[in-house]
Amino acid sequence: MSITDLDLYSQAILLLAGLIALTSFLMLGQSRLVRLVFIFAVQGCLLAGATAMAAGVLNYPHLYISAGLSLLLKGIVIPLLLHRLIHRMGLHREMDTIDHPARLMMGGTALVVFSYYVSLPIVQHSTLVTLNAIAVSLAVVLLGMLLMISRRQAVAHVVGFMSIENGLFFAAVVSTYGMPMVVELGVAFDVLVAAVVFGVFFFQIRASIDSLNVDRLSKLTEVER
Amino acid sequence: MSLFLAYLAVLAALLSAVTAAIDGRSPWIDAFIAKGLGRWPQQLARVRHSLAAEDYAARHRQLLFTLLGGSGIAALLAGIGALASGAPLVDTLPFGLPWLSWHTRLDPLSGFFLCVLGLPLIAVALYGPGYVREFEHGKHSLTTLGLTTGMFVAGMELVLLADDALLFMIAWELMSVASYFLVAFQHEHAANRRAAFLYLLMAEVGAIAIILAYGVLAGFGGGLTFDALRCAALSPLWASIAFVLALTGFGMKAGLVPLHAWLPEAHPVAPSHISALMSGVMLKIAVYGFIRFAFDLLDQILWQWGILVLVIGSASAVLGILYALQQQNLKRLLAYSSVENIGIVFTALGLSLIFLSNGDTALGTLGLVGGLLHCLNHALFKSLLFLGAGAILHQTHEQSLENMGGLIHRMPKLANVFLVGTLSIAALPPLNGFVSEWLIFQTALQAGSIQSGVLRSLIPTASAVLALTSALAATCFVKVYGVAFLGLPRSGHIAHAKEVGHRGMLAGPALLAACCVLIGILPAPLINSLGNLTHQLTGADLGNISTLGWLWLTPVAPEVASYAPALVVIGILAVGWLCYHLLYRRTGLEPRRAEPWDCGFGGLPARMQYTSGAFSMPIRRIFQPAFEVQETLEETREGPAGTRVTVLRYRFQVLDKAWLGLYEPAGRGVLHLARWVGRLQTGNIRTYLGYSFFTLIFLLWVIS
Amino acid sequence: MDWILAILETLLFIGAAPLLAGWTKRVKCRLQNRKPPSLLQPYRDLLKLYRKQPILPHPASWIFRAAPYVVFAATVLTAAFVPLVAVNLPTAKIADVIVLVGFFALARTFLVLAGMDIGTAFGGMGSSREMTIASLAEPAMLMAVFTLAMSAHTTNLSQAMNYVLDTGLVLRPSFVFALGGLMLVAVAETGRIPVDNPATHLELTMIHEAMILEYSGRWLALIEWASQIKLMLYGVLIANIFFPWGIARDFSPESIGIGVGMIALKLALLAILLVLSETAFAKMRIFRVQEYLSFAYLLSVLGLLSHIILEAARVHH
Repeated sequence: MSITDLDLYSQAILLLAGLIALTSFLMLGQSRLVRLVFIFAVQGCLLAGATAMAAGVLNYPHLYISAGLSLLLKGIVIPLLLHRLIHRMGLHREMDTIDHPARLMMGGTALVVFSYYVSLPIVQHSTLVTLNAIAVSLAVVLLGMLLMISRRQAVAHVVGFMSIENGLFFAAVVSTYGMPMVVELGVAFDVLVAAVVFGVFFFQIRASIDSLNVDRLSKLTEVER
Repeated sequence: MSLFLAYLAVLAALLSAVTAAIDGRSPWIDAFIAKGLGRWPQQLARVRHSLAAEDYAARHRQLLFTLLGGSGIAALLAGIGALASGAPLVDTLPFGLPWLSWHTRLDPLSGFFLCVLGLPLIAVALYGPGYVREFEHGKHSLTTLGLTTGMFVAGMELVLLADDALLFMIAWELMSVASYFLVAFQHEHAANRRAAFLYLLMAEVGAIAIILAYGVLAGFGGGLTFDALRCAALSPLWASIAFVLALTGFGMKAGLVPLHAWLPEAHPVAPSHISALMSGVMLKIAVYGFIRFAFDLLDQILWQWGILVLVIGSASAVLGILYALQQQNLKRLLAYSSVENIGIVFTALGLSLIFLSNGDTALGTLGLVGGLLHCLNHALFKSLLFLGAGAILHQTHEQSLENMGGLIHRMPKLANVFLVGTLSIAALPPLNGFVSEWLIFQTALQAGSIQSGVLRSLIPTASAVLALTSALAATCFVKVYGVAFLGLPRSGHIAHAKEVGHRGMLAGPALLAACCVLIGILPAPLINSLGNLTHQLTGADLGNISTLGWLWLTPVAPEVASYAPALVVIGILAVGWLCYHLLYRRTGLEPRRAEPWDCGFGGLPARMQYTSGAFSMPIRRIFQPAFEVQETLEETREGPAGTRVTVLRYRFQVLDKAWLGLYEPAGRGVLHLARWVGRLQTGNIRTYLGYSFFTLIFLLWVIS
Repeated sequence: MDWILAILETLLFIGAAPLLAGWTKRVKCRLQNRKPPSLLQPYRDLLKLYRKQPILPHPASWIFRAAPYVVFAATVLTAAFVPLVAVNLPTAKIADVIVLVGFFALARTFLVLAGMDIGTAFGGMGSSREMTIASLAEPAMLMAVFTLAMSAHTTNLSQAMNYVLDTGLVLRPSFVFALGGLMLVAVAETGRIPVDNPATHLELTMIHEAMILEYSGRWLALIEWASQIKLMLYGVLIANIFFPWGIARDFSPESIGIGVGMIALKLALLAILLVLSETAFAKMRIFRVQEYLSFAYLLSVLGLLSHIILEAARVHH
């Protein structure tokens, strides 16, 4: 079965999957925090679009609510929150330099291939066409982790964390057409709470080590060197 | 008949070696002649007269290279014959050990490589007499040069003819050791001796790996002849061990990254016609060994091998050209570019292995043909470029690109021939380098037929690396041509350069250039003639290659891809001529000579031009992680508080990361080990007596 | 008959290229609140250059004199291979898209050699920069093209367009990525903002212009014309590969008429897009170009991966 045999709905879902993966890559390569948050917002909007499309075509009205929630939270509220945070902390001009951008990108590409390889058995035993997108959502999760590993700024870590959540959410939408409503609402509010807690946490970190560079956190070690 | 011609080629090469060894003016020759011709004083006088004549040296030289050329022609004819007939010719020679006579065999594969050897050899034979003239009065005797050259060529030809592991290794060693002497020819420089030693060391380590690889096969096959080795039934593990050993051994000779360290050291220091043979031909002999081993002798092919070869080949290609781009010594640059081209060949072979292991014989054959064609092409244009670099060296004694410039005005004929080589190696249509790369791209693009998704994504990535390589190769050789031949001369030597005087020194490169153009425009007949070869190795041939006619290349099918280089050339000539006619003939406006634009300040000296280092600076900066660059900036300041900078001197050196990361630690390790072993040597006689005593007791225990 | 049609199409291509340049300039002027020159201004410029006596700098060799002809001939030939108003023309068979990239490289090589032939700092500078950018742009372009070739199972442009037409509208993520990559490459290769500024008069910021600084008269006319054709070539590639609808599949007058109209429309729209991006972005530093091109490369690689992961035929056990 190749893409030409699919209906337009599935094609559009696949297209959105590709674009979501692209936003993950863009986040990986972005050294300015403000733009990072902006791309994260775009990812949230794409995710909301994919969910809404699933809701419309499959006639699952509860998915509209998830779509709306993710648009609201991931596309607008959390990015705005982070944006304000960045400006209040004066980080909007700071560059979070990446040590080896080319290697990072190659690593990211390898992760995509790897997640394809890993998800191959699942995909092969299923009839659900959009399962192909599972590989992409797994890749989004892994790329989010890579983002967290490669950055020093705590804000970037939060964005990475959120994009991992985006990956999981996308996997849920494409493979099972959404989780039960209760779970979804819970997760959504968890994410929001996490964002708020992180915000408070940033101020605490900065108060104690005068920076948001997580490498400095190693100063807090209790082991005598 | 073909086999006879091949023997003739070996014989001619050996004869050339012998001729070189017999210097007619040495006293013992004189004594020999006096004894032989003692009864006929008239003849004796005539012989002695001719030996003492002025032009004796020139005639001696001529004879030497004529014999080499004869060897080349015979090899070429033998190769064509073997390719055309397709049936392998087998023979047994009564040499070697009593129970292990030498087996020889001429089949299409060795025939093809005989052609690869023959063409550059003919060019070298034309070129050599003029080139070595300057060594005549130098410190080094031509005797050594001629002797080892002959042995070297004979060694290479015997490797191609060998049909058992013993003869193969003997010939291989003959080739390696003879070329060691050629690298060490100008041994008064410490750097040359070091390069030669490194070369010998790595050649021998490689040879050990090859012997072990044959050993694994022989262990299962029960004999040393290739027929016996073919019958060896190996488990996949043992086959993989043999394969990796062979890849190491042949790869070391071929110059695959990271086993290439000897290549950029050894090739530049040899005399240029030898560099041409080493880069153009000897590396191909290593490729031949690899193909013979992997495609012919081993009874199975695993896809993991293909991946290994593909990855190593791609890495060699891109690293080779990146380093080539940063070289300032022309011959060193060419040597690094050989690493790149061998990388491209191995990329093609890797693709072929992957497709073959996947059961896709047609595509495997296509990859193999691409690789083989690139071997031939590289032999042609690399020899051409080395001969050209040698001609510049011969006329100006200049190797560094930083000092060249404007040679197109001083050596116009050489410049034209060199341009063909430059465009070919830069893989530009409609020349030959492009054809082979196009075939390799076409192979890579058929990756969709492979089931495994990971392989399917790996192959196009490798082809993207190949694309990067060919773009960088264009940059590199544009730099070479632009800096060396165009613009203004950057030093006095170059400004006073003159066109090459010796006719052969132009004819050799010109022959190769003609071959480059011919293969570029009409590749189909050549590719068709490889049918017997591919039948032998993969059991298939490219049936569709000329579906549309002999002008066209359609490697897979006409609707998938087609290319008609001849029509392209006709088109480009027609359009170019039309423009020229309309714009030049019709207007009749002759151009006016004027000074170039200097922003109105006046006076643009040669030093204001972009240098070779400046040209490649952006690439150096962009691909910085690949290099180890050492830069020094010296400033001379004047004026109050030293604010005014009057002189700036910038130097940079690009070091090979493989050398720093792999070879130096390995060297240190070996030294460390040696020092450790050296503790045995205490210098105390009683300790030595103790060693003997314990050895004696140990041996007695063993015997009992 | 087919061959005559192919030659006519090529002539149309060459003839229309200055018009596209004129249109681009016009839109740009409008967008920047300037009074635009006539649409035919590029033709007048070419004619003016054609009549002028060319100047040959002292250090120049025959390469400098031959380069414009080689560049122009190579570009015209590539224009002949690319289907403009009709697919299935015989010229499309002569060369595929890899040969096309090779011909761009050939033209570029001669321009660069000509830049180095005059022995000035500007020539070398332009040449070095041009080759650097090209060596990064070429793999990105080939990668984008490979994505396409792997979907369509062909590198022949005409066949690829046929394939897209036959399958109808399919939302392929890989095509979206490849389109993005190809557009970025096209901007870099045709020397437009943000990579290079074709209208600059400051030598130190030049890339393409620095190389051809010494050209004048008919030689400059040829080079200018060739670069106009090249711009159009990229436009046609993007328009006809990704949106081939409207291209003539048979040689009847109606369908060819529709083909001409459609391609004119597509090119006009693409030109507007180009001008919008040129107005919105500023020119980059030369060492930012690598980031730009690696982004193009990344897009192409993602296109390839999404072709393999999301689109390729799956085997059901």
